[in-house]
Amino acid sequence: MAREITYRDALREALREEMYRDERVFLMGEDIGHYGGSYAVTRGFLQEFGPERVRDTPIAELGIVGAGIGAAIGGLRPVVEIMTINFSLLAIDQIVNHAAKLHYMFNGQFSAPVVIRTAAGFGQLGATHSQTFEHWYAHVPGLRVVMPAVPKDAKGFLKSAIRGNDPVIFIEHSLIYRNRGEVPDDEDFLLPLEGAEVRREGTDVTLVSWSRGYYLALGAAEELAREGIECEVIDLRVLRPLDLDTVVRSVQKTNRLVVVEEGWRTLAMGAEIAAAVQEQAFDYLDAPVARVGSLEVPMPYARNLERLVVPNKDRVVEAVRQVLYRRQSVSVS
Amino acid sequence: MTSTVGGRSPGLALPKSELLEMYRQMVLIRRFEEAAAEQYALGKIAGFLHLYIGEEAVAVGAIHAMDEGDHLVTHYRDHGYALALGLDAGPCMAELFGKSTGLVGGRGGSMHFAAASKNFWGGYAIVSGHLPIAVGLGLASRYLGERRVAVAIFGDGATNAGPFHEAMNLAALWKLPVLFLCENNLYGMGTAVEYASAVREMAKKACAYEMPAERVDGQDVLAVYEATKAALDHCRSNKGPYFLEALTYRFRGHSMADPEMYRTKEEVEEYRRQRDPIVLFRNRLIQEGITVMAELDDIDRDVDDIVAAAVRFADESPEPDPQTVTDHVYAGSARAS
Repeated sequence: MAREITYRDALREALREEMYRDERVFLMGEDIGHYGGSYAVTRGFLQEFGPERVRDTPIAELGIVGAGIGAAIGGLRPVVEIMTINFSLLAIDQIVNHAAKLHYMFNGQFSAPVVIRTAAGFGQLGATHSQTFEHWYAHVPGLRVVMPAVPKDAKGFLKSAIRGNDPVIFIEHSLIYRNRGEVPDDEDFLLPLEGAEVRREGTDVTLVSWSRGYYLALGAAEELAREGIECEVIDLRVLRPLDLDTVVRSVQKTNRLVVVEEGWRTLAMGAEIAAAVQEQAFDYLDAPVARVGSLEVPMPYARNLERLVVPNKDRVVEAVRQVLYRRQSVSVS
Repeated sequence: MTSTVGGRSPGLALPKSELLEMYRQMVLIRRFEEAAAEQYALGKIAGFLHLYIGEEAVAVGAIHAMDEGDHLVTHYRDHGYALALGLDAGPCMAELFGKSTGLVGGRGGSMHFAAASKNFWGGYAIVSGHLPIAVGLGLASRYLGERRVAVAIFGDGATNAGPFHEAMNLAALWKLPVLFLCENNLYGMGTAVEYASAVREMAKKACAYEMPAERVDGQDVLAVYEATKAALDHCRSNKGPYFLEALTYRFRGHSMADPEMYRTKEEVEEYRRQRDPIVLFRNRLIQEGITVMAELDDIDRDVDDIVAAAVRFADESPEPDPQTVTDHVYAGSARAS
């Protein structure tokens, strides 16, 4: 059985169910309690679970992530919320130098099973509040990095992240919290933290994206279908470990690849995927891999300028035409 | 400042066996570190090697005061803590040699000792970065209704960094059982305290968080023991965190690569002559009639044997199995990529 709920409610369900299931699970972050969470994911939780388990913190990202790591070592299951991924940079030392390394560096004696929830997103928020850094974390061995696009994944991944023994960077997106989708009713519905998913089958070109980018790719695919171009759309879902097999298999079928990402393209996920695809499927490629990303500028505030910077459906469509060597849309009707 | 030198110390009322054990541990740390320096010169140990010589009384006094269940996280000059916790010298030396029998299998090296069996959650090498981890350990202890105190040991240099202040604030705000133990050895690597810190007394920094604080003579093992005991009692009785500043001195360079241009030879000699924690404790034990020189000499000889055996063990141990190089990247089952 399944119900259709929002991405936000999927996260809320995951947190509540895991908190009822395991008393060691607690939440910690800025404005998650009395305020109810910047994106209302934890609204009402303080009243339901009390201040020991829904812990408002000072604005001190490094401190709270470090405390999360320590609490995890000490036997708890902390879910730390960093208000936006922009602020996670203040905690990056704790994430990279400690969370990611303890298990290896100390020879498997213990790990830091902390879940760090944070949100990417933009919307006239200016240069320092509109970024996304998933590839910075995906670079680091020892971390698991997930960036779900649909409510089902949001719930299944978050529950698995909380129950697992590794540190997980769990990246949401402010512009998809209201998206709806089917989620299984089962309270033990878990998804392993690995594997991309082919969400739309196609034969002409492979579109790879994740999080909100998946919806851009899907929108472009639907538009292109009207002119007879069939895109295969892959939701990457997990950025570390990266499931390249699914991408390579698809490219072997379509011979063309477009990666859609929200941030700057330089040294980012698209670059990594393009490199891996040329290593593993060089002979299958009929066109250079295309990457759609942001313009390489700090995000401007003005609405018209911001629209120029972030990728949109039209730019994805244009990239698909480019890898198909088609300059103009071809009318099929 | 608390010092027991010249006054009757309650610590002297400890059973003789405990006092001699504290002496033995201090000598063990000293000899272990000297042997490590030798092995470094021979090329058996590589990378960074930070010696604890001169500061032995802090590790031994503080750890002797801890309960078995208490948590410990430390900075990277960490060999002394492992030995004071009672871990065998062999695996400690083997870790420096990068051998499979090392404390952490040769994966950590000098700066990253750890022993989960002793709740020693590691030596950390990003200055002040482990202090928020101590806060989390304190939080876990209280959350789970345990009586453990989380002890964090760090240097004076750490107190100028942001993580220190975030950790101090959190621990005080939430009244967590955390003991902040600052080893003030007067230098953050090669920069003297007066060039790095707006205040010279690290304990004053605790005032900003309304955290009780005290300075203690870090060359006096009994003073450290007593001050730590009292501080731990404070933390254990739900009164929140405590800050202890141990005044100490590093007799050797920051690491093996340090030419020591930032301090005078006379200063170092003065400390070695006047403030050697082992000599001070040795004289004290004899003066107080607790033991005689011959008994202490016997301990010294036993320690020499232990350290020689540790070096042999390290030298003869196999290197880590190359097949294991990708083990332990993840704790969970999904593949490492």
